[in-house]
Formats: sequence, C-alpha cells, structure tokens
Amino acid sequence: MKNEYGIIIIGGGPAGMAAAIGAKEAGEDDILILERDSVLGGILNQCIHNGFGLHTFNEELTGPEYAERFADKVRELGIPFELDTMVLDVSPMEDGRKAVSLISAKRGAVTLTAKAVILAMGCRERPRGALNIPGSRPQGVYTAGTAQKLINLEGAHVGKEVVILGSGDIGLIMARRMTLEGAHVAAVAELMPYSSGLKRNIVQCLDDYGIPLLLSHTVVDIKGKDKLEGVYIAEVDEKRTPIPGSEVYYPCDTLLLSCGLIPENELTVGAGVEIDPRTNGAYVSESLETNVEGVFSCGNVLHVHDLVDFVSEESKRAGANAARYVKQGRKAGGSTVNVSAGNGVRYTVPSKINTNALEELNHIRFRVTGVYTNVSIVITSGDKEILRRKSRILVPSEMLDIILKRDKLADITDDLKVYIEEVES
Amino acid sequence: MMDIVIIGAGAVGCAAAMELSKYKLSVCVVDKESDVCEGTTKANSAIAHAGFDAEPGTLKAKLNVRGSEMMEGLSQKLQFAFIRNEAMVLCFDKDTSGLEVLKQRGEKNGVKGLSIISGDEARALEPNLTDEVQAALLAKTSAIVCPFEMTLAFAENALENGVQFRLSAEVTGIDKTDKGFIVKTSRGEIEAKAVINAAGVYADKIHSMVSGTPLKITPRKGEYMLMDKETVPTVSRTIFQLPTKMGKGILVSPTVHGNLIAGPTAVDIDDKENTATTSEGLNEVRAKGSLSVKNVPWGKVITSFTGLRAVGDSGDFIIEESDVPCFFDAAGIESPGLTSAPAIGEYLAELVGKRIPLEKKADYKDTREGIVHFAMLSNKQRDELIKKDPAYGKIVCRCCTVTEGEILDAINRPLGATTLDGVKRRTGAGMGRCQAGFCSPTTMELIAKKLGIKTEQVLKKGIYESEVR
Amino acid sequence: MTHELICINCPMGCALTAQVEGGKVISVSGNTCPRGEQYAKTELTAPVRTVTTTMITSGGKPVPVKTKEPIPKEKIFDVVAAIKASTAPLPVKMGDVVLSDAAGTGVDIVSARSLNNA
Repeated sequence: MKNEYGIIIIGGGPAGMAAAIGAKEAGEDDILILERDSVLGGILNQCIHNGFGLHTFNEELTGPEYAERFADKVRELGIPFELDTMVLDVSPMEDGRKAVSLISAKRGAVTLTAKAVILAMGCRERPRGALNIPGSRPQGVYTAGTAQKLINLEGAHVGKEVVILGSGDIGLIMARRMTLEGAHVAAVAELMPYSSGLKRNIVQCLDDYGIPLLLSHTVVDIKGKDKLEGVYIAEVDEKRTPIPGSEVYYPCDTLLLSCGLIPENELTVGAGVEIDPRTNGAYVSESLETNVEGVFSCGNVLHVHDLVDFVSEESKRAGANAARYVKQGRKAGGSTVNVSAGNGVRYTVPSKINTNALEELNHIRFRVTGVYTNVSIVITSGDKEILRRKSRILVPSEMLDIILKRDKLADITDDLKVYIEEVES
Repeated sequence: MMDIVIIGAGAVGCAAAMELSKYKLSVCVVDKESDVCEGTTKANSAIAHAGFDAEPGTLKAKLNVRGSEMMEGLSQKLQFAFIRNEAMVLCFDKDTSGLEVLKQRGEKNGVKGLSIISGDEARALEPNLTDEVQAALLAKTSAIVCPFEMTLAFAENALENGVQFRLSAEVTGIDKTDKGFIVKTSRGEIEAKAVINAAGVYADKIHSMVSGTPLKITPRKGEYMLMDKETVPTVSRTIFQLPTKMGKGILVSPTVHGNLIAGPTAVDIDDKENTATTSEGLNEVRAKGSLSVKNVPWGKVITSFTGLRAVGDSGDFIIEESDVPCFFDAAGIESPGLTSAPAIGEYLAELVGKRIPLEKKADYKDTREGIVHFAMLSNKQRDELIKKDPAYGKIVCRCCTVTEGEILDAINRPLGATTLDGVKRRTGAGMGRCQAGFCSPTTMELIAKKLGIKTEQVLKKGIYESEVR
Repeated sequence: MTHELICINCPMGCALTAQVEGGKVISVSGNTCPRGEQYAKTELTAPVRTVTTTMITSGGKPVPVKTKEPIPKEKIFDVVAAIKASTAPLPVKMGDVVLSDAAGTGVDIVSARSLNNA
C-alpha cells in the first residue's frame, strides 16, 4: 500500500468530498481521503430532511441524496478514499511535508506523508456537561444529533414525551422528526431572545405541528434517577439568568439538547495550527490555508456553516488551493492585510488576505452578533470603502457571504474591516 | 449454604471478596444494581490519599496508610490505572501552623515523604497555584487511581478465584437462623454462615435487618466538575486546601485519564438516591477551586456529577463484628475509603477468620488481565494488536481513542458490561469531550448484539426485564 | 384580510405579506423571488409539504425516503403511516419508488439513499 501522497484530506463528509473534487479538478491526481465512518457522507447521512442543494444543484435534496451525489462524483473521478480510518495526529515534518498518523483495520497503525493536508473533520455538538445544567443524570438526555442518528440510521425509538433545549437547526428538525415518529414534543426552549435556527425550520418544524418555541427560556433542573421523568423550564432575564418563580415543570422521557456546535479541532491544534477563539476554528488566509504552510481547513471544522452548499463551495476552493500549493508552493510577494470584525460582526473568514494570492472572486464570510434590521454591511480598507450593501434583516443564524472581485482588493495595503452600519430610519 | 455473603459490590465489597477468595471459602457478592461499582465508588475524587488526614489511632488512619502501601503493587498485578502524582495541601494564611499539625499527624500515622514548603516553592512546582498560597504541605506518596477499574479488577479477580456475583438483587430482608443467615433478595434467597455488610449509604438499613443496636449512615453529597483532557496539565499534583472553620475545601487534581477534576462540596442530606447536581454546588466548586489554582479551564467542563459519601456517626470507619455473631459491618466508609478498600478487605478477612477457619487456596491466582487501553499503547503495539484482531483497528470513541476491540472485550468478559455506563467505566468510551454523543449509538449496537435485544432497549444503566445474570 | 407568513422555499425565509379576499390571494409583498409569491398563494389556499422520514428495509435497518413531490399538508400523518406500514426491499437505489401513491395522494415515495444488502 502506498504511503506518500500529494494531498491527504481528513474527513469524507461534505467538506472532504468537495475538497477532493476541487483538488482533482485543479489537476492534482495524488489524493487520499481518510474517513472515520464506514461510509462517505459524514453527518449528511443522518440529515434525512430536505433543504440541501439549492445553490449547488438548483434543486432541493435530502442530506443522503446530497451526500450520494458527491460520493458518486468522488468515485467517478477515481479519487481514492479509505473508510473506518481514524487519524490520530498530523505533524509538519522538517522537509515541509506533513506526517499523518492513522489507525485502521486495513493498514494497522501507520504514518503517511503528504505535501498538503486539508482538514475537513466537521464539528460536534455541545454536550450537557458543557452546558452545566444542574440535576440528575438519567437515561433519556441526548444531544439532538445523537437522537437523530439513533432514529434515522439505527431505526431506534427514542422517546414519547419530548422537551428540546436549544433552537438550533438540528433541534428544530428533530422536533418535527420526533413528532412524525409518534412522539409528543411539549416545547422547544431557547435561552436567547431569538432562535439560532433558520426561519423556514421554525415554520416547517414547529408551527406546522403546533410546537411552542419558548424564547428566553432554559432548562434549570433535570428530574429522574435512572430514567428521565421531567424537566423544569424557567424564563431568563436580559443577562440570561433564570427568573426565580418562573419555573414550569414538564414531564418528559426525553430531553434533546441543541445548544451549539463545536468545530472538532483537536488534530488541528496538535498540528500547531492557531485557533480563532471566536470560531473555534483555524485562522486562515484567502486560500483557506492555516498558519502552518500546506495545511488547509474548510467546512464546519473551520467555522460552523448554516448551509451545506456553502461548505461545498468553500471546500472546493480549499482543494483547488491545496492543489496549487502542491505544484507551486505558497505565493510570495504582494501585501498581506488583516481582515478584522468591526461593529456587529462576530468573526470573519479569512482573517487575512495576500493580494498576490487573490482569485477572480474572493469570499469574506462572517456572522453578525445580533438581529439587525435595515442596516448596511460595510467593508473598508483604511479610509477607502470597498463595499456597502443595504440589508433588510441580518440574523446570527445566517452565515453571510460577501464576494469581492479581484480588482476591488488588488491594490489595498491597509487592513480590511467588516462592520454593520446601523442606519437611522 | 455459602460461607459468606457480601452485601454491596463497591470498592469495599469487591476488595473483601478478593481477599476472601484467597481462602477455601464459598463467597457470594450481592448488589441491587446491575453492575459492580454503581454507588459511592463511582463518584468520588479518585485519590489514593497519603494518610495525613485521619486522627492517629483510628481505623481510618491505619487502613488508609496500609491501603496506600498496597495499592501500587495491586495496580500492577491487577492492571488498573494508578499514578503516584504527589499532593499539596495549601495554606492561604500567614499562620501556617495548621500544616505543621497535619504533618505531625501524618508522621504519627506512618506516612513517609511529608514536607512543608513555602508558597514560592509550591508555585515553582505548580506554576498555576495562586499568589495567595502562603505555604503548602507536600505529600510524596499521594496518588490518583481509577476507581472503576480498581473495583472491577478486584471483582474480576474474585470471580476468577471462585467468588459468585448476584447482581440486580436487592436485599429485602435477613433472617438469623441456627446455622447462620438467610439473605433474602429480589432474586432469591441465599443461606450463609456469615454476612459482610458493605452496603455503602444503605449499610444502616442492612444492619438494622439483623441488629437492634443503632447505626446511622448519613449521605453526604459531593458535587464535582470534570474538565476536558489537557495537553499541558493545569496542575500535575492533587491540590487540597487546608481545612478551616469554613469547611474542608475543594480539591483540584488531574485524573489518571488526563482530565482535570474539581470538587467536592459537602452537604449532608436524607435522600440516599439524590445524586443531582445543583447550581449552588457547582458555583461553590468553581469559586473555591479558583482560590487554589488560577487558569482552571472552567469553560471546558465536560460533565458534572454528584457522589454520596456514607458518613457514620463515630467519625471513624465502623468495621467490626456486630452484636449479632458472624454479621460483620463495614460501614461509614467515607474518605479515605477508596484508598483504604484493599486494607479493609484484609481487615475483614481477619475478623471473619476469628469465626470461620481460613485455609489458603494453593491455586489462588493473584493477577488479572485488564482490558487493553489502546490510547496508552505505542504505535508499534497498536499495529501488532490490529494485526492480531482487526476490531482494534476501528475507533469507536473518538474523543478517548477507544476501539471496538476494547468495547467487545468489556462486553464479552465475565461480569461484562451490559449498559452504556458499564462500557464507559471499563473502557473510557464516552468519557470524553463529546460525552458519548458520537459513540453511544455504536456502543449500543454492540451491546444489543451481545444481549440479543434491540438497540433502543440498551440502557445507560440498570437492567432489562429479560436479562438475568 | 392581511396574512403575515414566512416563505419556506429556501433558507432565506422571506417575510411575506399577503392580501386575501374571497378565498383568493390578491397581492403578495416581501418576497425576493417569484417562488415567494407562489408560496404565499399555495400556502394560503392549499398548503403542501415535502415529507421525509425513514422506511424499514428488508435488512432490518431504515432507509431515508421522501415524497417525490410535495403533498397536501393535512395528509402528512397519513403518508407517514403508509410509509411506516411498508418495507423497502434491499438492495435499493437512490430515486427508486418504494411506495406508489402514498395514502391516496397520487404521490410516490422514493428512496433518498442507495443501500446494499449488507
């Protein structure tokens, strides 16, 4: 078996598959995808709802369909992939290559080398412990994604009377899913005064079935010794502190948690890559390259996306850039400017841009810090305004994608700033 | 007719079983839970204490020091995780005489390797100690241990040497007869010449089934927070606080798995099943833990839990033959109970020996093969293992690098796991940062296959109606 | 009468305002594309949904399925019941019809994933 590769891609989900296709289409043939699951597709395989692919395929697909189309493409292009393979370590070597240590039944415990590595490991859900919800620890408390996997992939029956904490998209989707499986969803509680899920999911998953969304509410106690018996939900004040006396008891056998996603960057940190505390993903350049030369990052491991279509688009670029790196190395020269997040902007990807490495179309992706209506998105470089775009509504659940043509950025020397300008109405 | 029935399959019950299995005796351990290690043993600080805390002359002092001495050898023979990581007791007061008292007490108890160091010396050893630390007692023999693995090792060793286990069997009553006792359980009666009561927080209830003399056990609630694995440990030693009028303090310590633990609170309660955490308790852990150690990664808490310590009225362990001959209590086993467990086992065997003649078995096996911990192996060892059994090439728990091979071993070995918690305690699968989000469906599938049930019937803990062992 | 609704055609979720008179939608505003107008018209007169769920396979594990076209909203539970009463034979290919004319809607149920016997 071969041990040396041009590009090794860690993860065979939507990001990894698109990165592989992007690299292949950019002319790199020596690629290997490493996937820890026994099939390609990653989390999409359990996301059986529709709503995927409108941007990529111009039609509405379910998660498994979206995954299968990409997997078919990977096979069609003859890109090698290895399943049931767990990467334990990525380290830069002295000669600039990367050592990738992995475990699989087929190979055993081995170390491969690659000229470039694309990190595409996706993200995981925030577990109960990280939320510090007091109470007992009975059976029946799941993250929404774990319940989704049990129901959709294992065909298991998870519960009959359900409360969901967190109105992230998976939480909303699971409210409908549990309802269709015959369960009664009593409520979806959301700590924030707004939902972190997409509006369409609130309509289609909650309103359609008469499931109440309790904004500014949280679970304050969990009851039941061996099996979950119920939870107390309380209203919270502006500081997100539960208001005493507002507790309401909901008897239930299942509590699903949909309280945020965390990029899985343990390998990334191990490789010496710097992490942006705002995204919990790597700091990357315009080429989606990290501070470690030849190590690229894309998809939800870089920053949590709202739509898989954007993951695919971004990852394809990462793949093409990695292919270019393998052939030509890092582009030198030009000026490097930082991209900073100003008023109302939580983070930006990329966090820096080299003007010599610009492409025809360049993306700046970010999320806003709160709900904004009738505002402008502004991008400046020093005193120079690069972009101003009016927007009726901006919400934190939506990832924003600004595309700038090369000529807009080619001559800049001052740092870029992205911010929201609140206009007087 | 058995020689001895041990009630309770925690650290003490299993240690007693292991000790008694060295002799030509018939022994049966019963427990109301479906697995060993389901009570106080599963939720504590996981410290093998040096032995400077207990008053000289007490059973606590004697058995703690003896237990601490035995632990390392046992950990090697029985393959459980044990690391002598040292400990410090911090003093925040200019007046450091409290440390001197502890040191003298420890030395009287026979603890070696105690010294008092200045605040700066302490910070040189542990850079994350706060500037408020004035001085510290350094204890070289203090250690950390995996309480699950230790108890399982004792139980499996006992099993291999002939001890029977009857789990999911709640003791409902005990009759005294001419020949001994009839122990009535939810899964049948067992006749025995002698009974050892190692029932943890329920030891008073079991005691009163036979004896008229009073024994009261108060559950003392202790809340803990467990933080994600650390590449650079916040502290490498166990950090205690010198007890003050304000209480015993909160410890911060690494665990044998590389996590950081902080706790426990101490609140006496009535409900022997109340293992709920509270926001007040967790706030106390955070506030007091931060007095000792700066930069505790409170944002990386992966789970919090509550343990119940079985506190007796006397201040000491109650390990004795009760007023009813051949009924032995091992009650009030609070801290340092985990450390003392192997010594308590020895001590109980000694007590039993006064009633039932003890004759050593020639074929006693003093070793046990543990479950491989793939994550701890070198790459070469991993490679060899995968070549032998490809199940070790399949990682199920991503956070803790636990393989399918380990989980299958945990399920298939005698006294094996039948629940998610059982697999977690034996292998570490599900103990990491995602808290079993990814691995539980796979683990459930593996358990379901072994038990011949549906995936959804697999429980976190407890027993299915159809399952009996 | 004025109705406020959110377009669910795509993740943008446009806030629509529609005027309904005599059971007919006479005007729609707030939409960014023509599909928004169509959505408001359908949603306020004869709402439809694409249903996704799983069907048990002959291999014992579920396969994801969906209605080939959107079905009337009030038929969702009937369609799910019909799917749950059926078994998909393995192997199955993405797009295969696994149930025809679900619950009398005239809409077929298709597999959303290819699964082999294994």
